[in-house]
Amino acid sequence: MDNYVPTLVIGLIVGTLARLLTLRSDYRHFPGYPHGYVTHISLGVVAAALGAVAIPAFVEKEYTAVTFLTLAAQQFREIRNMERETLSQLDEIQLVPMGKDMIEGIARVFESRNYLTIAAALQASLVTYVFGTAWAVLSSALVLWLFVRYLATGPVIGDIAEVVESKPYFGYGNYKTLLMIDEIVIMEVGLESSRKKIEKEALGVLIKPKDDNARATLNRVGQRQAILNTVATLIGSKKEIGEPDWTPLARKNIDTGEVAVFILPNEPDIEPLIEAVKATPVLESARTTPLESKAGSRAAD
Amino acid sequence: MSETSRIDTILAVVVVEEAKAKVAGGSAPVFIVKDKEEQEKIALILSRITKAMAHDLENGVYILVKH
Repeated sequence: MDNYVPTLVIGLIVGTLARLLTLRSDYRHFPGYPHGYVTHISLGVVAAALGAVAIPAFVEKEYTAVTFLTLAAQQFREIRNMERETLSQLDEIQLVPMGKDMIEGIARVFESRNYLTIAAALQASLVTYVFGTAWAVLSSALVLWLFVRYLATGPVIGDIAEVVESKPYFGYGNYKTLLMIDEIVIMEVGLESSRKKIEKEALGVLIKPKDDNARATLNRVGQRQAILNTVATLIGSKKEIGEPDWTPLARKNIDTGEVAVFILPNEPDIEPLIEAVKATPVLESARTTPLESKAGSRAAD
Repeated sequence: MSETSRIDTILAVVVVEEAKAKVAGGSAPVFIVKDKEEQEKIALILSRITKAMAHDLENGVYILVKH
């Protein structure tokens, strides 16, 4: 019997490293430190171990052992369900919720990163077994770099659209109480006192899609909710329980596809608002590319 | 509760005396007030109590809608 110790150990280390590198917490504080971390690192080690033992199992002609990988897939789907459930329940009592699309996106990422962990461990143990430790270190470094560079980050709104300031105002023709941004009706505000406050403090931006793909993405209500949630998280919203007048909203211009974002922020600075909108991730579920289809590209001109 | 499929209901109507003929029936209670000032006040209080949004129909009628 060969000595599988380096194969297993390197596979395990590289897999765990892959999970650690892709486990990044940011302003959303999710996963929450430290308990969320413990859960995900533990599962990451399990995934790494699964990836690492696959090659030795093959070599020993223990083919049934490989079927354990399917068990792993089942297990990681559970992670997705777990994350989705937790986030959905927390989202219900949020003042500015993330919305289903964003939750689904986060849950999906958690699942897929465990598969990446398996893949990283698998390649590390394979290279170790065939070519030796030195090559494994080299190839693993490359793989991990690719993960961090390309898979742990995605496109943001700033990539697909222009974001410009547009001051909210009241009045559209004879309708004095309609809140407007550019040519877009945001909502109707009945109370005089609320209108005064909004007129004084509210900020608005206009998101101009760069092409029809971006327009289709911004058309998704889930994507717009994600923008509102990001903005409310980063710069703060005055929305309060029982005071719906301050609810941040995103509405589109039905003729041009531009989306107007209205918010009553804690601080009246426009630059951070534009930055926050630009930093919102483009959700996987909202990403659509109608221009790549024949019908879509013909409809565009 | 999603943005697109929820049902918005009128919880209350606040109407000034002279415009009360403009509202009839329905499931929501109608509050009759004497002038615009009182209407603002009642609408604000009802809005905070019911957590609903006050809307001005610009014909002397305010409605409180749960969004």
